[in-house]
Amino acid sequence: MNDGIALAIRRSIKITVDGKEVAAPEGSTILQTCRTNGIDIPTLCYLENLTPVNTCRLCMVEVEGSRTLVPSCSRKIESGMVIQTESQRVSDSRKMVLELLASSVDMSIVSPELAGWMERYQVDKERFGPPAAPGQIGGREKTRAGHHHKNDGTSAATVAEPTKVDNNQYVRDYSRCVLCYRCVEACGTDAQNTFAIALGGRGFEAHITTEFGVALPESACVYCGNCVAVCPTNALMSKIEYDLRQVGGWDESKQSITRTICPYCGVGCNLEIHEQDNRIVKVTSPSDHDVTHGMLCVKGRFGFEFING
Amino acid sequence: MDLKTSGRPASPKEKEAVDSVISQLEKPSGVVETNGKSAHVAYEIPFYNKMGPRDLLLPALHAIQERIGWISHGALDYLSLQLGVPPAETYGVASFYAMFSLEEAPATVIHVCDDIACRAAKNADPAAFMNDEYGQPDIDVNGLMWIRSPCLGRCEEGSAALVQRAGEANRRILLAPVNANSLSDGISRPSDQWIGTDSARVPQRETDQSSLRLLKRVGVTDPLSIDSYRSHGGYGPLRRALDIGPENVIREIKDAKLMGRGGAAFPTAVKWGSVAGNSVRPHYFVCNADESEPGTFKDRVIMEQDPFSIVEGLTVAGFATGCEKGYIYIRGEYPLGEERISNAVSMAKKKGLLGRDIMGRGFDFDIEVRRGAGAYIAGEETALFNSIEGKRAEPRNKPPFPAQAGLFNKPTGVNNVETLINVLEILSIGGPEFAQIGTPDSTGTRLFCLSGSVNKPGLYEAPFGIQLGELLKMAGGITTGKSLKTILLGGAAGSFVGPDQLDIRLSFEGVRAAGVTLGSGVIMVFDQGADMDQVVLRIAQFFREESCGQCVPCRVGTARLEELLTRIVNGTTIGSRNDELALLGKVSTVMRESSICGLGQTAANAVESAFRLGLVGG
Repeated sequence: MNDGIALAIRRSIKITVDGKEVAAPEGSTILQTCRTNGIDIPTLCYLENLTPVNTCRLCMVEVEGSRTLVPSCSRKIESGMVIQTESQRVSDSRKMVLELLASSVDMSIVSPELAGWMERYQVDKERFGPPAAPGQIGGREKTRAGHHHKNDGTSAATVAEPTKVDNNQYVRDYSRCVLCYRCVEACGTDAQNTFAIALGGRGFEAHITTEFGVALPESACVYCGNCVAVCPTNALMSKIEYDLRQVGGWDESKQSITRTICPYCGVGCNLEIHEQDNRIVKVTSPSDHDVTHGMLCVKGRFGFEFING
Repeated sequence: MDLKTSGRPASPKEKEAVDSVISQLEKPSGVVETNGKSAHVAYEIPFYNKMGPRDLLLPALHAIQERIGWISHGALDYLSLQLGVPPAETYGVASFYAMFSLEEAPATVIHVCDDIACRAAKNADPAAFMNDEYGQPDIDVNGLMWIRSPCLGRCEEGSAALVQRAGEANRRILLAPVNANSLSDGISRPSDQWIGTDSARVPQRETDQSSLRLLKRVGVTDPLSIDSYRSHGGYGPLRRALDIGPENVIREIKDAKLMGRGGAAFPTAVKWGSVAGNSVRPHYFVCNADESEPGTFKDRVIMEQDPFSIVEGLTVAGFATGCEKGYIYIRGEYPLGEERISNAVSMAKKKGLLGRDIMGRGFDFDIEVRRGAGAYIAGEETALFNSIEGKRAEPRNKPPFPAQAGLFNKPTGVNNVETLINVLEILSIGGPEFAQIGTPDSTGTRLFCLSGSVNKPGLYEAPFGIQLGELLKMAGGITTGKSLKTILLGGAAGSFVGPDQLDIRLSFEGVRAAGVTLGSGVIMVFDQGADMDQVVLRIAQFFREESCGQCVPCRVGTARLEELLTRIVNGTTIGSRNDELALLGKVSTVMRESSICGLGQTAANAVESAFRLGLVGG
């Protein structure tokens, strides 16, 4: 975070985490305080460079005196707070949150970090029954708010639907979408200010969408790919990666990453060039980089095909 | 920034509908004048939203829906451009609410209640007759479509339908009780009668009118006449408030020990005090009239029968907490309530009881009426703020609490209708006197919504501490010839209690001791003929359909809860029934512990209590 200077002049606040007293500047969140002090808390919707939306409820911790568990990503510390980050209550909640997600969303190619947490909490995605048959493309978009298709309960409703492939830059596989809101935030005021996508619908049928579900070329999308960069579950994936995965050709063990500066304009965005089999397969930017905070424009992120050509 | 739209045109009628809302803007975008001296920006307008205040989004969507019957892509684009809201976000808002259609829809849409109170009254699916009369739901048949609806707040009558009709004149009507005949009569009424009929079942009016405090004017005064209201004590409390000053008003409420009636039972004086004491300006006060808890109809009766009391109560609240502006957010299913409240607001303005220099005391306060659009969750206070602001009604994380950052991120007070009218009673008789009513810890009277299998369903008022059984007696007892099976206390978010619990004292401490809740004052009575499997399943469906979908425990948890219940009811359990109950317990726990708001936290309450009482699955 680049508000380090501001943090430095703030009052220091003492709290107790897992029986240990720790201190952090006023205004810090529980999560920031814990991570600074080497205490691991799993997160899903949280990302350092986006505003916390606290919707995934994975980072919940126990705060003494609070009736419910508390989202550590957005709750600011208060003097004398007593916090448990790994009590039975907390781990039961995290396990069930992950199981609810895994039973409804395809989480087969999530980040290694998330996969590790799913292992830690021994996530059983089948405990609610076998997954229900996938929906039609656009099915959730056509569901009127407050109405849903009632099933007989013998299979677990999922968000499965066909992948949306409507442009050459990236695909949208909402079967993998956990509704973390990150892409909407990146497309909106947190980074891009393009507002091509938003949350649509309600309840289990809520989904990320353009207006009336129009294809991306018809929407306001400018293909900066910042939504792809922040997606934690590969619901959003570059077309190159998607095509390679379709034929079993995506192999991260064979990839190398080279850091460089974008050649297009004078801003000086740092790029990470992901190369596999002597071909550029992906471009990212480090999220802790002062200039980009992980965000790029269409040229930096997708304008490399001529090299491969 | 430039907004990109599809280029699809809006029709002249669609444009007219949008313009009719935008042209109502009295002042330049987002700027409110104070005392005619200085102007300040009341809205925090994002830089991309310079063209107009986004909070007109819902009113404008209503205008299109009412005029055309659905919201087309062209209309949505036009609206987005007028208000400077990205089309994707406008779509996200429109698709959140059940009363907006984003697909071409027939001119007449009938929402028929099939919720639990009407089920309790009939012991059957209250929408079943529609299949015979109008065919399958969700399908356009000759310009008419019917759909199933959650509770419409006419529970004392046992069946209800809200009709939306696109066109020029009045376009919503709430009908009850409905059957095939009354429904077709209602639909064919001339448009000047298209608002709804009075219905205020307050049986106590006939027996002991003198015991009524909150309901004393219901059925007595003319709800359209401010003079009638004033001749029955109206605006005395506001005058007294202006006499004694804001601090003393809050002190009276503190002395009265008034607790919020919306469900959370928070001390009203504490809430008001923290808004009043906040140095950030402006302050707002919101009256939550988005009554949607299944089985609840008390606020509707007040809105329809004693609307001036809500306007006066909100004015007192605004005075005590230093607000210049108040909002009344009324659920979209209450057209008559909305019309009466709107009339009350404009009458009060005419009489100098709203607007500049109220009663010549230098106090400025104005009220805007806002309409919900079919979303139970919008009754959660922070979701309600988002809804007024023109956003999806997704609850916010707390803290910050409304008194710190509420509507438009400013210090905001928010109270339920019933709480606000209690304030008038407190100012009339004095806080200490008010505290003598009820029990020491639950002061005053409470409105109870009696529905289902009782002889005299309706709205009742009784001092806190009354026993559940006494209240049933007041309602004429269980329907003659039936015997009591169970009572749902507090609404869908409440709990079932058994016939052996009629000695529960209906006070905050009394229900706490019994492990139940008063919620919104729902007392829903089921007799032995009730199909509790279907009732409990309907509750689970309700929460699945009304979850905003923001947080995982509620979004997926409500879906899993419905599936689990369906399996248990159908006897198609995965593993044993006990395995399923254990899983249900785990899902309920994560919903209670980790959901963002009260909806998810309480969604499993009634279901769990039904299992504890052995009401489900044979």
